[in-house]
Amino acid sequence: MSLEIYLDLFSQPCRSVYIFTKKNNIQFDHKKITLFDGSQYGEEFGKINVLRKLPAIKYGDFCLAESVAIMMYLAEKFHTPDHWYPADLQKRARVNEYLSWQHSSIRIHGSRILWFNLLIPKAMGVEVPKEKIDNAVEDFDGSLKLFEMKFLQDKPFIVGDQISLADLVAVVEIMQPVGAGMDVFENRPKLKAWKDRVREEIGAELFDEAHQALLSLQEDVKTMDPKKMDPLKPKVLKYFLS
Amino acid sequence: MRIRRGRIPSSSSWTHFTAKMPLELYLDLHSQPCRSVFIFAKINKIPFEFKSVDLSTGEQYGDEFGKVSIIRKVPVLKDGDFILTESIAILQYLAANHHTPDHWYPADLQKRARVDEFLSWQHTNIRTHGSKVFWFRGVIPAVTGAPVPKEKMDAAVEDLNVSLKTFEEKFLQSRPFIIGEKISLADLVAIVEMMQPVGTGLDVFQDRPALNAWRDRVKKEIGVEVFDEAHKSFIHLSECVSLESNP
Repeated sequence: MSLEIYLDLFSQPCRSVYIFTKKNNIQFDHKKITLFDGSQYGEEFGKINVLRKLPAIKYGDFCLAESVAIMMYLAEKFHTPDHWYPADLQKRARVNEYLSWQHSSIRIHGSRILWFNLLIPKAMGVEVPKEKIDNAVEDFDGSLKLFEMKFLQDKPFIVGDQISLADLVAVVEIMQPVGAGMDVFENRPKLKAWKDRVREEIGAELFDEAHQALLSLQEDVKTMDPKKMDPLKPKVLKYFLS
Repeated sequence: MRIRRGRIPSSSSWTHFTAKMPLELYLDLHSQPCRSVFIFAKINKIPFEFKSVDLSTGEQYGDEFGKVSIIRKVPVLKDGDFILTESIAILQYLAANHHTPDHWYPADLQKRARVDEFLSWQHTNIRTHGSKVFWFRGVIPAVTGAPVPKEKMDAAVEDLNVSLKTFEEKFLQSRPFIIGEKISLADLVAIVEMMQPVGTGLDVFQDRPALNAWRDRVKKEIGVEVFDEAHKSFIHLSECVSLESNP
């Protein structure tokens, strides 16, 4: 029975699932979906995930959406090393706590910065009010402060001495604004040291491979057909700018 | 219940004793995630000390609460020295630590994944939109004395409608509960979020017979008494708040 994983590595939750499966040598059929083309709205993908989002997996007849749920499932199903999602209840709770908190904080604010600073103005040709950009940066900054004060503190990784799903999900989200040219780690030495540790644990090659599409985005939008993202424009503008 | 072993020195020897450490739950039942934790602990007979935090007075920003959680949100669990935030994490921890019946958070990997899938999705869908409608209908007009502009209100209600439609079509379908025959953490979290706009007089179950039937099943499984106790102070909001915005 083959595991199919539907991914677009521009997307943060796709990167965490990709890195997790690769790092743990979980064999899978990489099904590439291009979000910017609106492929997630096609009929075929609708049979995999009616939510029309990535990532999604199909394992035999079992389809599953939501990266956090996917990684928890894969960790148990494929018996990955304990540190990713510890059996110890309190350590596991710390992972769950971060995975829950990040949805409405770092994830949202990091996403906004990439869309406001790069994709909406440069790929869609729509100006974003300065106030919205400033607010997004301030919110993201607030999230990073809480991340350092509450979740990381003086530990090497979020749960302690070893990397877990929490660090993996955190790092892919914190990288997102880097795609728009923001140096997230400037003047944040503790955060930078943590990112470097996480990258080393994952493996620099895998980390860089997963982030290649994101980090070449600034160049790619220069030559992107302005009409390419037209199908997505109404949804995106309603979601981010209303 | 956590049992701690300690030692009391006597004149000639050490004596072992055990002392129960009460679980503390910091809650304000106006908050959806507080209600799910409250209901779960109650129906599973998990003894706890209810530590009230009054969000409306900003108690979460005070020094005392800051020592409990710098995130300044509720609910918070304090189990001895172990402090945990985020209702999803708290529910998962309580289910495992107190060995609650399997159906709440099944050991079966695919069933558990279905619960996790909903618990992940709901953060930025039903929770976000239900909260927004609650704020727009109930809180902002009460605090500012003015209604939220119609366009913003309509957009918020529309987003909530879309979430509810997705809930019915993807998560519930024609099953009695989200993962099948039995109630789970997913239904519990879903119901408290959907009740939030109801607290402002917007009955999300009206004209949605399948959702209404699911709500009745969930309420019955939880127990009407506990359900109503959890929602008591909250439902009265719709009686107290002046609803100047559009229904």
